[in-house]
Amino acid sequence: MADVLVVGELKNGELKKISKELTSAARKIADAIGGKVHTLIITDNVDAFAGDLKAVGADAVIGANLGEFSPEGYANGIFAVIQEKKPAVVLMPHSAQGKEYSARVAIKANAGIVADAVALSVDGGKVVAKKPIYSGKAYANFKVSSDIQMFTVRANSQEVTPKDGAGAVEKSGASVGEVRTKSLSKDLSGGNKVQLADASIIVSGGRGIKGPENWPIIQDLADTLGAALGASRATVDAGWISHSHQVGQTGKTVSPNCYIACGISGAIQHLAGMGSSKYIVAINKDGDAPIFKVATYGVVADLFEVVPALTSEFKKVLG
Amino acid sequence: MKIVVLVKQVPDTETNIKVGDKSINEAGVKWIISPYDEFAIEEGIRIREKSGGEVIAISLGPDRVVEALRTAYAMGVDRAVHVKVDDYVTFDSTYTSELLANFIKAENADVIIGGRQSIDTDSSQVVVQIAERLNVPHVAMALKLEFDGNKVTATREIEGGTEVVETSAPLAVTAQKGLNEPRYPSLKGIMSAKKKPVDVKKPDELGATGSKLEVVSLEPPPPRIAGRKLEAADAQGFASQLVKALREEAKVI
Repeated sequence: MADVLVVGELKNGELKKISKELTSAARKIADAIGGKVHTLIITDNVDAFAGDLKAVGADAVIGANLGEFSPEGYANGIFAVIQEKKPAVVLMPHSAQGKEYSARVAIKANAGIVADAVALSVDGGKVVAKKPIYSGKAYANFKVSSDIQMFTVRANSQEVTPKDGAGAVEKSGASVGEVRTKSLSKDLSGGNKVQLADASIIVSGGRGIKGPENWPIIQDLADTLGAALGASRATVDAGWISHSHQVGQTGKTVSPNCYIACGISGAIQHLAGMGSSKYIVAINKDGDAPIFKVATYGVVADLFEVVPALTSEFKKVLG
Repeated sequence: MKIVVLVKQVPDTETNIKVGDKSINEAGVKWIISPYDEFAIEEGIRIREKSGGEVIAISLGPDRVVEALRTAYAMGVDRAVHVKVDDYVTFDSTYTSELLANFIKAENADVIIGGRQSIDTDSSQVVVQIAERLNVPHVAMALKLEFDGNKVTATREIEGGTEVVETSAPLAVTAQKGLNEPRYPSLKGIMSAKKKPVDVKKPDELGATGSKLEVVSLEPPPPRIAGRKLEAADAQGFASQLVKALREEAKVI
């Protein structure tokens, strides 16, 4: 059998959208190569997620109770499930956690891996993964030649398509095994209300906001849209906001459906981090700013006037 | 402490990339050390400055990567190793990590440091794969590293914040921006780096089993949805047009 195993992700006990995106992508691959879709969720409460994953094509929803995240523990547990299910293809999120455990899982399974794929297709029974390279200035298509083909996939890159799978629920006995890195403490106070990496809308501020005291203007729009707050390197380097908000080459790479750039000129390093966003809105006083070259909708105007107007307009229509 | 830093040479972000069928046209490409690897080199040197030992820089790629190793020498590493491979081999993380891990195993290194990702492939795989191959722990996205003998306390970036972890050497680390400020090579460093030896290795000397990826094709980026500048008399006009466009045309909000 040529089964596909998806590793899903939860956030605060809820299913992340990427789990459905990957299950949907897996369904298409499994249908093309003739196999089943297994979606693994790290939880002791797998029943809660089975319905949602079945509705996007999962034939089996597997729960593995691996406790708090540790890259080694997750890798051990996920590898145990791979040994049991013997999938031909494994899809994992290219998330902060996924990047870490996928690397270990690939070595354990002696598999080739393409990381940060944005499109998946099937050719001659093998998956072809497309990924941006050189800061999005080229795209490369790869096939994996090992028996197991592994991929990490960028959030928001896959469509979620309703399709019923068998949806059987299984509980895996996989365990974390030996973990040699111990977490002493976590500090989540400086972070974003909505995570940048998988946000479907991002509102970002650049040097045009003039000072840290003006973030509330940008944050209000983000809050109204349920969006993550992003920032350009200039604002981070100036100390106006923490690095965890930075979008771009030395910050985070994002691919939201909609990226609203407020007062961002669009340095190439910034474009490298957000250039694959589906729709880009640029609000900037300088009509010659490079950001307008990639913007779907360009607004040449003062952000201090347009952004609050936009917030109140959205409040009206979104109720 | 024996420290191995992983140095990858990548095209400068500003450089113009011309895409061919299975490779890029390298004419006119400006090559740099991948920015996160600069943090790795700096941290390697700082660990040696505190704890003593040796820092070895290693780079995979064609002949031009020797320039990156010379820069690493100029910053202060003690030895440089060039594994001579075609550039596209470095896209295959499992092959790359096997070559590097075999070298590191033979050297019996205590600390392996690389950037959190290279800016050509953004895969974030090689360093953690090396940790798995060497059966050692790793700390990804390190913002602070402290050694007390073999005990290591690290602060690292996680989704939504930071985490303090404890582990022990030997270990692998990926460097995140914020770990340190990389030093500029001194003129004296640059001059003496020119004369220092670079040890050249071939893949078969390192006993790797081969590539697991096939480059099917390269292509230019997909065309963007055609953009347009909105016209309006005032902020309110822009706002209502934009809301309409995003909801009715793009259907994203």
